[in-house]
Parts: sequence; structure tokens; C-alpha cells
Amino acid sequence: MIRQLFKFREMLLVIIIAILLAVFSVRSPGFAAPGNLANIFNDTSILIILALGQMTVILTKSIDLSVAANVAFTGMAVGMLNAAHPELPLVLIVIVALCIGAVLGAINGIFVWKLNIPSIVVTLGTLTIYRGMAFVLSGGAWVNAHQMTAPFLQTPRQLFLGLPILGWTAIVIVAVMYLVMSRTFLGRAIYASGGNPTAAVYAGIDVGRTRFFAFVISGTLAGLCGYLWVSRYAVAYVDIAAGFELDTVAACVIGGISTLGGIGSVAGAVLGALFLGVIKNALPVINISPFAQMAISGSVIIAAVIFNARQERRRGRIILRDRGASEQIEVAA
Amino acid sequence: MSAIPEKRLIPDRLGTSATRLFGSWEALLFAVAVLIFIANSLASPYFLNAWNLSDATFNFTEKAMVAFAMALLIISGEIDLSVAAIIALASTAMGAAAQAGIGTPGLVAIGIGVGVGCGVVNGILVAGLRLPSIVVTIGTMSLFRGIAYIVLGDKAYGGYPASFAYFGQGYVFWVFSFELVLFAVLAILFAVLLHATNFGRRVHAIGNNEFAARFSGIRVERIKFTLFLLTGLMSGIAAVCLTSRLGSTRPSIAQGWELEIVTMVVLGGVSILGGAGTIGGVVIAAFVMGLVTFGLGLLNVPGIVMSIFIGLLLIVTITLPVIIRQFRHRKPA
Repeated sequence: MIRQLFKFREMLLVIIIAILLAVFSVRSPGFAAPGNLANIFNDTSILIILALGQMTVILTKSIDLSVAANVAFTGMAVGMLNAAHPELPLVLIVIVALCIGAVLGAINGIFVWKLNIPSIVVTLGTLTIYRGMAFVLSGGAWVNAHQMTAPFLQTPRQLFLGLPILGWTAIVIVAVMYLVMSRTFLGRAIYASGGNPTAAVYAGIDVGRTRFFAFVISGTLAGLCGYLWVSRYAVAYVDIAAGFELDTVAACVIGGISTLGGIGSVAGAVLGALFLGVIKNALPVINISPFAQMAISGSVIIAAVIFNARQERRRGRIILRDRGASEQIEVAA
Repeated sequence: MSAIPEKRLIPDRLGTSATRLFGSWEALLFAVAVLIFIANSLASPYFLNAWNLSDATFNFTEKAMVAFAMALLIISGEIDLSVAAIIALASTAMGAAAQAGIGTPGLVAIGIGVGVGCGVVNGILVAGLRLPSIVVTIGTMSLFRGIAYIVLGDKAYGGYPASFAYFGQGYVFWVFSFELVLFAVLAILFAVLLHATNFGRRVHAIGNNEFAARFSGIRVERIKFTLFLLTGLMSGIAAVCLTSRLGSTRPSIAQGWELEIVTMVVLGGVSILGGAGTIGGVVIAAFVMGLVTFGLGLLNVPGIVMSIFIGLLLIVTITLPVIIRQFRHRKPA
């Protein structure tokens, strides 16, 4: 029955996205053309990858607020590496990005695993530290397009079957994450340690260690996005992706991933990210100021949270439901 | 969002009052504050100057006002990440009102009113609809600041009446600014509210065990709603002070403050898991953070590097007691 609910949820998102596309293409006929859809997907690729990392962490009943800072630091590091050593092959640079990201994620994970510190506090701290380190690393300087090599900038833009490599990267990551979450011990452990940590311990799962690996996955994907971000926008500076951690949380919440842990799916996170991507790309088309985007995504998050809560609410959990109090609150409001 | 809550140890007998006093978090924090003070006065010849020190207080008074209410909220087991966005929206509303020629009393009323209104929205969503506060306030954070962006875009409001400048720039007597005096008064009010009233007891009770609190006849939702309203109110007051001090409003005003305010509260010894904390600790934490940023500022350290120190301060102060406790437990008694 729960599985049916998930199916319903994801189908619902697909339908909503389809309706949005239809409405926008009435306004602007080319909007739902295959070429533009590929563009939107490509534009949303980084958010999709980051949302999958965030999903892994949220499933274990934690949160990773440092993903955007991780993107900024790793992006700055690989940008500077490329500028200083243009002879290094791109493969090596991508590996470096993955490793830096993994280490930053592991730092978060160690605090959560070994010291049992709430993830929100740890990542709130590392959020400022990682971005500050990006400043220390660069001295506040920018790495501009002309300092970076052509393969570094151009590879994610290469078209393959009509979609840039950036988009294909996202598709590969989605496939890998789907396999990890549904076909491996780690994936099961991630769901178990968020759904019911106590039961997970009895089932022989090390909850702390599972959380650690969730943070490593999130960090590694953020590291990859650090490279992708810098190459996509052809510039590296301290403030890249500022505030983007909230977009990743938003994508997860919209995709039906419960912030209480244990509930959610890869498809949900991807659709949540695509939903935000479609809206972001549609605003200029329907002549709404880009400044309105923030308020819209805020409203969508709140609506999604209300919607999620209605689906997740388990009967009988709150024994004494204080009706009188809540009614009076509404009167007072 | 947190790890498995640690066992709340109930000691067989309380320590003597002297060891309790010196072993407390607040005493440790106070020692840190004194050390930073001494280090600062050795590091910079400009530090020990009444007017300089008075200027330094502006670094934390506005944030600390919000931190008091946030402390109560975190003790009750909730969190409000939208405070900085509330400040931005309240400031924008005051700016718009000032353009329309409304006088100082009206501006103050509008600023505080918008703050309370935003607090009510958060309160209804969290207490009324029983949604998780982290996600809800991430949503309202985008919503409130998003509205400020819709209204202002890339422009700024200025032209506040001259008498409006008093709240952020005026002095009550000698070096004691209006903000510092207001900070002190609010600190006393909140200390009384938390430590000497039924309301404060109930806030602690909810944070320690919400179910037990509900069974004890505490109207959990009503108290949580009041706390969100209070946090909105304090954000409105902080917005009045900040806007008056800066004399202009941009939609990016107070960006990132929510992190600094939460850091201040957690640094002050309030448990992020809820149920424990004092206003005294938050007051000392405010001074510690103010002294650190001011001292580093005198040494020409850029703001983003300061944020590294704040982040480190947050993680170290939370980690140290845990490490010490683990170390003690390992030794056979």
C-alpha cells in the first residue's frame, strides 16, 4: 500500500510537470519542443545531482547544509588547479574534484558518526568554514574563462545524441544512485537507519557508519558538481552556488522525501529538481521578473511540506490531540 | 533531524555549588570571553577604548535580540531559519512606508507588525498544521526574502526620517547606545521569562519530552505558536534597529544572519536537541562572537575569514564536551 502511495506521488509530480509544460507552451509555443526540454534538463542537471546527494543524507534522518559550500570550494580548487597546471588531463581533474568533495563530506560524516553531533549543527558550521576556505585558497580572486583550458570548459558542453555531456552525466548519476539505493546493502541500510534507527541497530546496521557514508556520497556528488558548475558558467569565485543548499532541500521536499527520514525515492528527488528547473526556465517566458523566483520556490516548498505531511501522517501517533489549543490558536491568528 | 538523543544522566547527588558554578558551560564560556578580550587588547592597541568597545557591541546586539527568542524556540525543540528573511521583509516594508512619507512611530509599528505577522505565519504552519519547523522555515525564508526581492529587485530604499536614526545610532548616555540598553533590557526580560515563570518551565518541559508535557496538561501547540510569534516580534525589533543603523534597505539585508543567530544560541550552551539552555549563556555567547569579529576586524581580517572562525567556534564548542565525556567514560572509574 505504501508503495502504491509512492507511485501515486511520483505520477502526480509527472502530471503536474506535464501540465506546467503545457500551460507554458500555450504562452510560448516553442517551450515544450524537444530541444528546449533538453535544454531545461541540461540546465537542471547540477541540481538533480546535488538533490540526489541531499536525498541520501535526508533519508538517514540527517541534513547536509554544506553542499553548496562544498561546490564552491571544490569548484575553486579545480579551477585554480586547471589554471595553474593546464597540462593535467581532465580525467585527473575530475578525480581530484570527486576526492576533495568526498573528503569534505567525510569531515561532516565523522562528526555525525563518531561524536554523535546533530548534522544540522555540523553542516551549519562547515557551511561557513568551507566557503571561507574557498576565499582563503583563492585570496578572493576569480578564475576567469581565459585562464581555464578548452577541454576543461568544453567537455560538458559536447553534444551526444542531442544532449550535452552535462545532461548525460546527470542521467548516469541517477542510474547509479537508483542501483545503489535499491540493489545494495548500503541503500537498504540508508532507508533502515532513517526509518527506524532503533530497529536498524537491532537488525545489525551501524546507523552512525551508514550516516557517514551518506555524507560521503553527498560530498562526492557535490565535488563533481563543483567541477560541473565552474565549467558550465566558465568562472570560479567564492560566492558560486550561494544558497543553493536550500534548492537541494527544496527539490527533495517537493519530491516527497520525508525530512523525518526513511521515506523517499530517487525518482522523487529527480522530479522535484525538474519541477524547480521547469519553473526557473519558464519565468522569463511568461514575463515574470526573475526576482520572483525566490518567493515562488518558497511557496512551493511550503505547499509541498503541507502535502507531504498529509500523506505521511500516521494515525494514532499523537494520543492526546489538543484540539482546543489548536482551535484557539487559529482564532488568535 | 538529529542523531539518537543521548541519555539524560540524572546524577545521584548534585555537586557542591562552587564546582557547579565553575564547571558550568556559562563559566567556561565566560573564561573564553575573558581570554579573547585579553588577546584582543594585546593584539591591537586600538582595542581598549570605551568608544571602540561601544562600537563593537553593534556587531552583536541586533543578532542577540533575535537569539534570545531563538533560544526559547530551540529549547522547546523547534527552530526558525527564517529570522533573517523576516528582518529583510520588515525592513523592506519600513522602506516602502518611509517613501510614502510615514513618520517614525508609524515606521516602527510597521516594522514590528510585519515581524509579528511573519512569526504568526510560521506559528500557524508549525504549531497549527504540525509541520516540521526546519523545512517550513526554510520555505518561509525563501518566501519572505523573495517578497522583499519582488518589491525591491536590485534597487534600495533610503530617505528615512532623521528621527528614525535614533534606534540604531543614538546613545542613551555616554557610550551606552540605545541598542546596547535595549539588548540589556531584553536580556533581563527573557531571562525572567525563561527561568522564573511557568511559561519558561513549560518551554523546558516541551523540549525535554513533548509527550510527557502533553500528558501533564501543557498546551504544547499554544506555547510553540507563542514562541514563533515572539521570534517574529524580536526579528521585527531587530529590523527596526538594523534599518535605522544602516539608513537604507536592500533585499539582501541581514543575509546569512540565521546561521549566526543559531550559532550564537548553540554556542551559549542551548542544546540543539531541545530541553536545556540559559539566557545567560546566550548573552555571554553574544559577547564572545562580538569580541571575536571586532578583534579580527581591527586586525584587518576579511569578513569571510571571520566566518571561518565563527564556524570553527561553533563546531569546537559543541565537540569539546562530547570528546571530554567520551574520554572520561573510557577511563575505568
